[in-house]
Amino acid sequence: MAHIPDGVLSLPVGVAGWAGAAALTGFALRSLKEEAIPGTAILAAVFFTVSLVAVPVGPSSVHLLLSGLMGLMIGPLTAPAVLVGLVLQALLFGFGGVTSLGVNLVNIALPGILAGLVLAGPVARATPGRAGVIAGIGAGLCVAATGGGVALALALSSSDFVPSARIMLVTYLPLMAAEALITGFSVGFLKRVKPEALAGARP
Amino acid sequence: MKAPGFDRMTPRARLLATLILTLAVVALRGLPAQGAALAGAFALALISGQALRPLLHRLAHVEGFMVLLLVMLPFSVPGTPLVTLGPLVLSAEGLARAIGIALKTNAAILIVFALLGTVEPLRLGHAARGLGAPVRLVQLFLFTTRYVELFRDEIRRRREAMRARAFARRTSLHTFRAYGNLAGMVLVRALEKAARVEEAMRCRAFDGRLPAIGIEEGERGILAGPGLALVVGAALIALDRLP
Repeated sequence: MAHIPDGVLSLPVGVAGWAGAAALTGFALRSLKEEAIPGTAILAAVFFTVSLVAVPVGPSSVHLLLSGLMGLMIGPLTAPAVLVGLVLQALLFGFGGVTSLGVNLVNIALPGILAGLVLAGPVARATPGRAGVIAGIGAGLCVAATGGGVALALALSSSDFVPSARIMLVTYLPLMAAEALITGFSVGFLKRVKPEALAGARP
Repeated sequence: MKAPGFDRMTPRARLLATLILTLAVVALRGLPAQGAALAGAFALALISGQALRPLLHRLAHVEGFMVLLLVMLPFSVPGTPLVTLGPLVLSAEGLARAIGIALKTNAAILIVFALLGTVEPLRLGHAARGLGAPVRLVQLFLFTTRYVELFRDEIRRRREAMRARAFARRTSLHTFRAYGNLAGMVLVRALEKAARVEEAMRCRAFDGRLPAIGIEEGERGILAGPGLALVVGAALIALDRLP
């Protein structure tokens, strides 16, 4: 639901999104060492496949974004991981868009990267339970930021979209709750079983 | 059975043509050009010779927020009233806006399906490299596509195991905890696998360069495909902007 298709955004917004996506991805790739590529790809594949699982929320179901968890585990590499995920999503299922790819990437990856920068340290130091709470709140805020980004991209594209963008923000609440809880439980689990997985972003 | 479609064009030419055509479609403003774009995109999908059933299935699925957007636009854009339902006024301008967006969105989906639907991820990665994508990004993409199937399988097996233990998914803390643990467990396995793969790659002196994985992509269609796309895109925009 964070995937804006082609044909909705205005051209300037789409182009700005591509520029932002290129900057984020380029910056992250500079720190990606050759030997870390397969390992990063394995994690990107896991995040993508877990996000395909439909999580029941009331009568409907949602798909997780996992951007907060990505930010905690792979830091800025969240940007290329999300990019790969979006391209696969388009190839395998036909979702997403070409011209809107940049905006979608920034909307999903940027909150995760920021959450990783701010929360990786506290999560690394906290006890499993407390780390889960911190990560859960962070992941929920990431979803809220993604919803805000989608609304902003729509509002900047055309003032006609503003009323729908306002209502749309409300539809992010179920995903926020599911994302916060599941990320929280995941991080608690990882802290108990493999704490080095959350020892700050991978180099 | 399988029509040749666009398979004679190299993936690089198809990727470039896709970018040009979607960009042109997105830029359209008027209903006639948008309708022409959708008709043309549908023709492309027919020419591509792929089964249409999955495509129609995909087109029938509209995401929630798109429904919201398309339903609200006719009522929120001010203009000539067509229908009045109490306080709600359905305007002609708003309706045109909503129809236009639906036309453009579906045209773009059809273009991507027609031109890239049969390109394997491996060849698409090489095509992106040919168009100037960073080599590390392409590497990451190729490795990820290779592992996605693996982890889809692992998650499927783990969910079967959960069901065998009488797990039923519903909106409850228990379900969220179970899914959290599932994600955590798959991540633990992935990290262990990553460490093993990294060692194995080092043993093989992997230095991050893209080895030629046996694909000889000629330059066939590298000018014809994107060239044609440029002409069609320009024609659509001309139809749209010229009085």
